[in-house]
Amino acid sequence: MCLAVPARIVELNGNRATISVEGALRDVDVSLVEEPRLGDYILVHAGFAIHKWDRSEVEELEAIRAATDLREVPA
Amino acid sequence: MKTLVHVIAELAGQMKRDVRFMEVCGTHTMVAFRTGLVQLLPPNVKLISGPGCPVCVTDTNYIDAAIDLCRRPGVVVATFGDLLRVPGSESSLERERAAGAQVRIVYSPMDAVLLAQQSPGRHVVFLGVGFETTAPTVAWSIQAAHRDGLNNFSVLCAHKTMPGAMEALLKDHAVRIDGFLCPGHVSVITGAAMYRFICDRYRIPCVVTGFEAWDILKGIALLLRQRLDCRAEVEVEYSRSVTEQGNTAAQRLLHEVFEPCDASWRGLGTIPQSGLAIRPKYAHFDTARTFGIQFNQADVAPGCLCGDVLRGVLTPPECRLFGRACSPAHPVGPCMVSSEGACAAWYKYEKRAAA
Repeated sequence: MCLAVPARIVELNGNRATISVEGALRDVDVSLVEEPRLGDYILVHAGFAIHKWDRSEVEELEAIRAATDLREVPA
Repeated sequence: MKTLVHVIAELAGQMKRDVRFMEVCGTHTMVAFRTGLVQLLPPNVKLISGPGCPVCVTDTNYIDAAIDLCRRPGVVVATFGDLLRVPGSESSLERERAAGAQVRIVYSPMDAVLLAQQSPGRHVVFLGVGFETTAPTVAWSIQAAHRDGLNNFSVLCAHKTMPGAMEALLKDHAVRIDGFLCPGHVSVITGAAMYRFICDRYRIPCVVTGFEAWDILKGIALLLRQRLDCRAEVEVEYSRSVTEQGNTAAQRLLHEVFEPCDASWRGLGTIPQSGLAIRPKYAHFDTARTFGIQFNQADVAPGCLCGDVLRGVLTPPECRLFGRACSPAHPVGPCMVSSEGACAAWYKYEKRAAA
């Protein structure tokens, strides 16, 4: 249930933001993170941004994903 | 990745005994099984699942109360999808919905507030289940409803907090735990400092871990390293999201709306100060108070050992119902219902691997 996904802010209007998760768009509330800006990566849980990533943190995830050679077990 | 697996093998080789590390986050359970990383661990390193799935630790009597509410005329129950199929004593929300009750799945508690705004004349009850990650979002919704002067929205509150449950497991002694993989997204809110008492008081290493397979393997390597060095510290593997002090805005919000209370956990019993209750200031948004809900004693389904699974005492296949009377299509206990439950994960990924 504590699943949270990283997403990019593509539109911002006060405390409401439109985010893109792998191309899918959704509106979320960004009241709980400091100074959200267009293009920022945020961690989203239950319709709320709970953390803002800086560029180096996004790059860390990208590097981890690129280095991962574990294949998911098909369900 | 391969290197990390080798590092773990090497560290495990230096350990002269078996070690058992517990993850206390349903999402970790899911990732560990889905990616097959449990099968990469050396035989003397065991990863066990703890009470990290909020749906799984929710008592049957809470589900019964939710079912009672959805049967009342004029009431709409709004819930995260995971709770829908959890069996109560004699029904489930899914079954009630099929019989005509108003049960709606929402993605965010704010969706439930919106539903209340759009449904004058009906009362929307949101099922407030979840740990520190989720509780601030529910707190925000209660404040939003308060600002709007909504009188047809309330929360049936069963939020829980992690530290008390982790301590209860250590006091219980039913299972030996050599280290905790601490829940990443709970820690985004609370900060990593929350776990320090576990290291200081119980000498158990804690590593706050992220959700890629790589993160979990690294977390295990860090725990092994601590064990070999005889250290018990809080380390943050998931530093891209977790800070020492956490999300202070979310913490303030949480404390503004909720206060600590004793809470009943499936499998663990009542743990002092491990739950969150709605403060008197927001009492009119507290379903239990406004509807006079009594949480009656509810029996666990005969033979169901979810309680022992949640404490890490048993692995799912050690339950006699597992894969026989209890399966994802016909779940008896909550650990088989939630996709984050240890039984569901085990059934989906390990059962087939064993076959």
